[in-house]
Amino acid sequence: MQLKNYNHDHPAVTRLYRNFRPYGYLSPVMLLMVALLFIPIILVIGYSFFDNVLINSNPKWVGLQNYITVLTDPVFLKSMKNTAVFVVCNVVFHLIIGMALALMVNAKSLRPAPKAFFRVVYLLPWMFNATVIAILWKLLLNPNGIVNYLLVNAHIITEKISWLSDRTIVLGVLTFINIWAGYPFYMISILAGLQGISSNLYEAAAIDGARPVQQFFHITLPQLKPILISIAMLDFIWTTQNFSLIWLLTAGGPSHATEMMSTYVYTTAFMEYQYAQASAAAVIILLACMILAIFYVRNQTRTD
Amino acid sequence: MKTKPAKRIALWIALIVAALFSGLPIVWLLSSSFKSNANIFAVPPKLIDESFSFTAYQEVLSDPIKLRFFVNSYAIAGIVVVITLVIALLAAYSFSRFDFPGKKIINAIIISVQAMPPITLLIPYLVLVVQLRIYDSYLALILTYIVFTLPYAILMLTGYLNTLPKELDEAVLIDGGSRFKALWKILVPSCIPSLVSVGLYTFIQCWNEYLYALTLTKSNEFRTIPIGIASLMGQYAFEWNQIMAMSILGSLPVIIIALFFQKYFISGMTAGAVKI
Repeated sequence: MQLKNYNHDHPAVTRLYRNFRPYGYLSPVMLLMVALLFIPIILVIGYSFFDNVLINSNPKWVGLQNYITVLTDPVFLKSMKNTAVFVVCNVVFHLIIGMALALMVNAKSLRPAPKAFFRVVYLLPWMFNATVIAILWKLLLNPNGIVNYLLVNAHIITEKISWLSDRTIVLGVLTFINIWAGYPFYMISILAGLQGISSNLYEAAAIDGARPVQQFFHITLPQLKPILISIAMLDFIWTTQNFSLIWLLTAGGPSHATEMMSTYVYTTAFMEYQYAQASAAAVIILLACMILAIFYVRNQTRTD
Repeated sequence: MKTKPAKRIALWIALIVAALFSGLPIVWLLSSSFKSNANIFAVPPKLIDESFSFTAYQEVLSDPIKLRFFVNSYAIAGIVVVITLVIALLAAYSFSRFDFPGKKIINAIIISVQAMPPITLLIPYLVLVVQLRIYDSYLALILTYIVFTLPYAILMLTGYLNTLPKELDEAVLIDGGSRFKALWKILVPSCIPSLVSVGLYTFIQCWNEYLYALTLTKSNEFRTIPIGIASLMGQYAFEWNQIMAMSILGSLPVIIIALFFQKYFISGMTAGAVKI
């Protein structure tokens, strides 16, 4: 930079001041990150290597014992499996539904007024937080609720189903609810992406005789790829961490059928007071998310 | 280009089916909030029945404990928005206007914080909050929320400042003004729209937060709306109509933001996925 700073006369002072200035602006963030991110992470990693931490006044170093306990605990293994199923199904269906709705709303034959209307309607699930969504679906899926009433009267089912307490279906039900709650993020991001694709590309393809399906696979999809990768990665990370919806709907039950890694940590720490074991599980979640984060950071900072 | 009628009909059927899928549960939420608790599961279910009234809303709004949840949510979200915007703006200014050793790595850390699982930090936060004697207070939630609101705010604002030419602030510097003056007088007024987007997004993040509010506070004096709503699902009786009324009232700020500030809402909600 060629600019001279008039407040400082001595060149050495000026240089020193100038070199540290960017860090000055960053200092509040860095201070907060050290105090509220690095220190807590070091603490939780520390807890995971001690025995009976926080309860015992003289915790003993036990090495990897807590990790072994957690990784051989059938409940934790089940929670890993449940989380994997939940996350993969969510990402896949979010992507399909989000893409389909974005294409529908973006259809050329749709006038601006219905377009705006449907866009708002499709955004609706997004305006409610996990607590409200959990309670709303508890109402809908209550054995005496409207869903059972409609399905029985339409002769789709013969008797009322306990959607949230039947072990065989409850994970699927939670997955469905979370798909319902999360697709608007995809729809709206894809919609923004669609509006950024130059119409020249489609016109050129139409002149070459490309059908709509071919246009979708050869223009739309490749053009949307960066956005799709970003949102799918974020969704992958966020769904892995999902706690509130699961906790409020089933708290991981019945008999661990919907236990997730996050609910396992919460239950182990705050219901069973096994803080060391919970810390070990929390560190495993951290590792999983950081591996995903490496891909995300690489994707976000790549210069093309 | 004319679209074939058959295609148009198929499109409209798909649009309506999808609208029912996303909208019907919300319609039922609204409808239940106007019923008496006895009629919640009445057969056959009706959208509007003879018990239609605003009683549930009146009961929620006349209960000082429930009102306190609203005050807490507004206060905490408002304070976090202000702190987040100030700190993020300073950081974004640094990222956008300077090159310095460590810039890349700090930037990478900030992006990766978006992937930080809140549950991992919960146990050490509880310990720190108890040791600092701020357990069950606004401060406990404000401090922990900032960690999760800052990264996104910094990335958004950096992206926006990068679109503003450096000549803007250099003009102030040549006239002998300070960098703070350049930031405050020139850059801040020109990035109001993105400040609004980031502010609204931050507000919604805090407004919706559940896990920390559940764990780091315990008295009704400091608890927020999500906890208030969940606590209505008592062990003994479900006051369904009140729960639904409070859910609607508790979602109003976000609904208003989504409907009336749609542009800011959408740009705030989607920018995270767009490359920076």
